[in-house]
Amino acid sequence: MKIRRRDFLKGVAASTLLLAAEQSPVQAKGARKELPPNAVGILYDSTLCIGCKVCEYACKQANNKPVEHGSPSEPMWDDPQDLSAKTLNIIKRYGVEGQKDSAAGFAFVKRHCMHCIDPACVSACPVSALVKNSDNGVVTYNKKACIGCRYCQVACPYNIPKFEWDSPFPEIVKCQLCSHLLAKGGISACCAACPTGASLFGPVEKLRAEAKRRLAMQPGEYYDFPVADINGTEVQQHRAGGYVSHVYGERELGGSQVLYLAGVPFTSIGLPDLPEDSYVALADGIQYAIYKGMVYPLVVLGGLIYIIRNREDKKE
Amino acid sequence: MQERQALGGKVLTVPFKVCAAIVLIALFFLGKRFIFGIGSVTNMNDGYPWGIWIAYDVVVGTALACAGYSIALIVYVFNKGEYSPLVRPALMTSMFGYTLAGVSVIFDIGRYWQAYNIFLPWLSNLHSVMFEVALCIGTYILVLWMEFAPTMLEKFKADKLKARLNRIIFVFIALGILLPTMHQSSLGTMMLMAGHKLSPLWWSGFLPLLFLITAVVIGYAAIIFESLIASVAFKRPMEMHLLSKISALMPWLLGIYLVIRIEDVNLRGYLPLAFEGGLLGNLFLLENLLLLSALLILAYPSNRRNPQLLFIASCAMLLGGSMYRFNTYIVGFDPGTGWQYFPSVPELFITFGIIAAEVMAYLWFVKTLPVLPKLTKA
Repeated sequence: MKIRRRDFLKGVAASTLLLAAEQSPVQAKGARKELPPNAVGILYDSTLCIGCKVCEYACKQANNKPVEHGSPSEPMWDDPQDLSAKTLNIIKRYGVEGQKDSAAGFAFVKRHCMHCIDPACVSACPVSALVKNSDNGVVTYNKKACIGCRYCQVACPYNIPKFEWDSPFPEIVKCQLCSHLLAKGGISACCAACPTGASLFGPVEKLRAEAKRRLAMQPGEYYDFPVADINGTEVQQHRAGGYVSHVYGERELGGSQVLYLAGVPFTSIGLPDLPEDSYVALADGIQYAIYKGMVYPLVVLGGLIYIIRNREDKKE
Repeated sequence: MQERQALGGKVLTVPFKVCAAIVLIALFFLGKRFIFGIGSVTNMNDGYPWGIWIAYDVVVGTALACAGYSIALIVYVFNKGEYSPLVRPALMTSMFGYTLAGVSVIFDIGRYWQAYNIFLPWLSNLHSVMFEVALCIGTYILVLWMEFAPTMLEKFKADKLKARLNRIIFVFIALGILLPTMHQSSLGTMMLMAGHKLSPLWWSGFLPLLFLITAVVIGYAAIIFESLIASVAFKRPMEMHLLSKISALMPWLLGIYLVIRIEDVNLRGYLPLAFEGGLLGNLFLLENLLLLSALLILAYPSNRRNPQLLFIASCAMLLGGSMYRFNTYIVGFDPGTGWQYFPSVPELFITFGIIAAEVMAYLWFVKTLPVLPKLTKA
């Protein structure tokens, strides 16, 4: 029996090596995910945003969120400093002190869930509390499933999911693209409220085409810009600002349903420089290589039981 | 068959009472946590959603509790029966370590009353590394109690039940080897998803492999540490013949680990970061120097027979390995939006309480249950 056992161990060693080889990150890259058939999203154009924050107000109204006092010394009005469990959508201003020219000086950015095409939070969640709708691609949260482990927060490359730290019965809070309004045929509250069309709602394919159209515009010339809903009728005329020639969110980590255009480099408005392959695909690839649908673990378990049983029998 | 004995003696000693006091303080803060929320006792925040309760209690704690796994690998897979005196104390520390890690997860998760959702098949997400870790650790805690059950059955003279359990125990022993292999490596896979938020000195495609090796290294180091401390504390002869033999394995394991660890950072081009003098670089160096020093000590057979040097080496391995894991989860993690994290006093006390509970359980069990090998009067 000894020889057989040795053969088995050799087999184990060989398959371990095989696994190690398969684990190499290059091979572990999973396939890139496709956009859901009726994916909807938001195109945020920083050059059109005037920083009025009416979208923040509309978001809180639509999602029943309380006001937040970011500077406690002056508790006059809602002034969140960042996304939080009370604030699902925020306008931030990034800038260089003393400069007023927007291209060189400051720019606004609107932050909320990106509704990634291959969302890390959805892959991370052990109990499917975060799911991506297979039709419109919106990433939603189900508190009845959530156990509050906060792996979604660790996993999200944009730090979007927030946790109710001061509640004994906490929930994860994030933008769900007003899916309760979408269900009634509406659009997300922030886009409906935006007075300049800086936040534009619509099918992602159309938004991508619109973003490309804007990148091709002559700076300084007047063009028509749709407002609120790209499928709507409202249009405003604006002078085209100078764009950085990149649609943020088109390819970042496999792409997202929220897209950004800006007149300044995206890293200077807090949008990180990210690779095109999502970390999800990498982690999934490695998990898949190791477990192959639990086949490997079961084979190893069988081998272990065989060895140990044999040994115990011999002892008796 | 190896004979074991309960040590006997008073349970309510001074160290036991000190530990009890710490547990009481921890219970007070826990009460606060369950009434007012996690934010009322911890410094965790939306940037650092995981603090020491996960990074120490679970990620480091279960590695320290890999003694049972590491010894089972030798005794059962490599058929070295002579190490069996080390099995019971190792299994026992594993059982406590994992059980308390499980308990602290319940303190840590926000919606603990729904924790059973992990076991509902219609909610399980097979893509989630967290799902696999949670399921594996949950099952392994049960397996550890089953593996340890014969010891308790011996105490209560339940011979029939023990015989029946012994007939199927091989299934639990096999699971006791498979499950830690799975979840200890997955604890590494877990942080792959942190992507750009984890410093390149720690983020790597080799995370699963490095986490598995550190679990085994820390497991062996814990066996050596525990055995030496128990010998001194309970005035028993040292098990040097076994300990020096086990430690002959360590230079190989440490060597493989260090080659992969350093070469991986080097090949990705981030090794210069280690020498820039920043906190992260220094911690990276310290972590690996600790493991290297253990390797150098244990590489010489004469050192392995020296209890003092063996003790120092085991401490270096425990520290170095634990630091690697801790840094991967906390220090090397930076969400990049100005967030900061340092554990609060109540948060620390809850972790101390868990360690104290572990020490108390250890003292109580070795004194009342047949865990340590019986001494034959020479």
